[in-house]
Amino acid sequence: MRYIFKTSYTQDIDLARHGGHVFWYSLLGVALIAAPWVVPEYWLAQLTFVLIYGIVGLGLMLLAGFTGQFSIGHAAFLGTGAYTQAVLSNMGVPFPVALVAAAALSAAVGVVVALPALRVKGIYLGIATLAFGFIVEEVFARWESVTGGNSGLHVKSASLFGWELNSSESFYMVCLIVAVLCTLAILNLLRSPTGRAFVAIRDSEISAQSMGIHLARYKTMSFAISAALAGLGGALYAHKLSFISPDQFSILQSIDLLLLVVIGGLGSVHGAFLGAIFLIAMPQLIASAKDWLPEAIGQAPGLQGLVYGLVLIAFVLFEPLGLYGRWLKVRTWLQLFPFYRRGLFKRQKSFTKSDRLR
Amino acid sequence: MQILQLLLSGIAQGCIYGLIALGFVLIYKATETVSFAQGELMMLGAFCAFAGMSLFGLPFWLAALLAVGAMVAFGVLLELVVIRPILGQPQFSIVMLTIGIGYVARGLVTMIPGIGTETHTLPVPYKDQIWKLGELVVNLEQLAIIAATAVLCGLLFAMFRYSKLGIAMQASSQNQLAAYYMGIPVKRLNGLVWGLAAAVAAIAGMLLAPITFVHANMGFIGLKAFPAAVVGGFGSLPGAIVGGLVIGIVESFAGFYLPDGFKDTAPYIVVLVMLMVKPNGLFGEKLRKKV
Repeated sequence: MRYIFKTSYTQDIDLARHGGHVFWYSLLGVALIAAPWVVPEYWLAQLTFVLIYGIVGLGLMLLAGFTGQFSIGHAAFLGTGAYTQAVLSNMGVPFPVALVAAAALSAAVGVVVALPALRVKGIYLGIATLAFGFIVEEVFARWESVTGGNSGLHVKSASLFGWELNSSESFYMVCLIVAVLCTLAILNLLRSPTGRAFVAIRDSEISAQSMGIHLARYKTMSFAISAALAGLGGALYAHKLSFISPDQFSILQSIDLLLLVVIGGLGSVHGAFLGAIFLIAMPQLIASAKDWLPEAIGQAPGLQGLVYGLVLIAFVLFEPLGLYGRWLKVRTWLQLFPFYRRGLFKRQKSFTKSDRLR
Repeated sequence: MQILQLLLSGIAQGCIYGLIALGFVLIYKATETVSFAQGELMMLGAFCAFAGMSLFGLPFWLAALLAVGAMVAFGVLLELVVIRPILGQPQFSIVMLTIGIGYVARGLVTMIPGIGTETHTLPVPYKDQIWKLGELVVNLEQLAIIAATAVLCGLLFAMFRYSKLGIAMQASSQNQLAAYYMGIPVKRLNGLVWGLAAAVAAIAGMLLAPITFVHANMGFIGLKAFPAAVVGGFGSLPGAIVGGLVIGIVESFAGFYLPDGFKDTAPYIVVLVMLMVKPNGLFGEKLRKKV
């Protein structure tokens, strides 16, 4: 068991709480920087996707996990970012400028969505974002002069100050830098008054309001930041795939993103990346398990959906805090070693709290 | 005539949306949770009827009855096994849970060798029959949808109005705790509500099947029933049907008069406008949480 002896108030909001954090995160950083030289090309590409989905996941985590507003149309923001980046870099705009533009445009779209969303909450908000996602997907498919319609759009490889980022190693580095910057930004945001306001809104809108938090402003802000991160992720996604089409940003993508935050663990920054690892690793695991399973099960096209569904149900029922929650339990078990009790993380029983009170 | 024709097909399509939305609303009213698996329940119902007719060679009515019965049992079981343990948890977890159920249902159906990945026609007795009323061409399949929806609505209305079960359901949806105190078996009722929703979905599936075929992805139509439920006001049963009709008619007219692409997005545009103008829907009550 580790006791932190605090000698100053700033220690309360330090990013690294103790030496262990510094050590382990430095180790992770070194491993990630060394990856291009160590890891084979294929796995490096997967790692790049993990980073990209991690960035998008961070955005959705901020919205769903920390502000409590859930969006079933997040692929629309991802798509907005991807198409902005694709169109701008095909026009020859430098990579960093296009990246910022993609994030900014997505954020602007996020604000537009947030405006009707301010009047509704809970399931209505989910349906509003769902509707919005469908409309945006249709726009991608129909606005052929810009997006190339259903036949898709090729994206040139990124170039940074005359330096072509066409090798997977260099693009991995770009993704890593963006991901680290985004994570630090979110961590900083969460320990600032704005982040505290988000969490307050999640826990209870009414009490947040009575503490003087301007609901409309903070919800809009949360939507904007979340959309901007999704846009950033989308921009990198477009470059990584070098080909985008509207069906990559459909409702299924949105549900995948929700899956990411739920399985990663709602309300934890780690969860965004753990969920991204899950989302990227799962198809690989299923593909490798296919050889072991009998023909009738292994070759069935519905296997992936079935496994996703079962995993999702299992997590919601048994591990509502997701992969990060599981890690917390393991860590607590190790810290308390012989004294861990089974009821330590037990969920409280609760009644359905009606929103329909008159 | 053109307009009447469009109106008719819109109403028929709208009835389907309305029936699926009815399932959402039933579940929402009873347990204040939203089921994203409603479309998949519809798909399962259609597959049950198809299996009954083609594999066991049953006549249509018997197969339909059996499918509805099977889906009621499935709905009750679903509530008992996965929904009940997490009632009272945040709404979001139940939404994700039902999305998971939808994935599992779709995955399982596609895994049935030889059947799951194909599209099938449901050999209903009224297939491809047409009535001509002057210039108006009435498709009997569409007429069947409208008639069945009307009958079903009548039955549901009678049940909620006059039967003890229906009144108990209303009571538990208005205030669960008070219903408990009055000796109403709320848990069992919640199970029955899921069964009822599954039955309505199965009927919708069998009505839709002659028009769009039976296949594993037919459940995606459930996503268009959400706008229907919202337009009608999420907590109102007649609202669900009216909302479905509005969505169906708008979609049908948008498909004909507006450029390509508006047909599929029209329901969503309608729902966004509705949420901006009247967030509680046509029949929803305006309620605010109080402390």
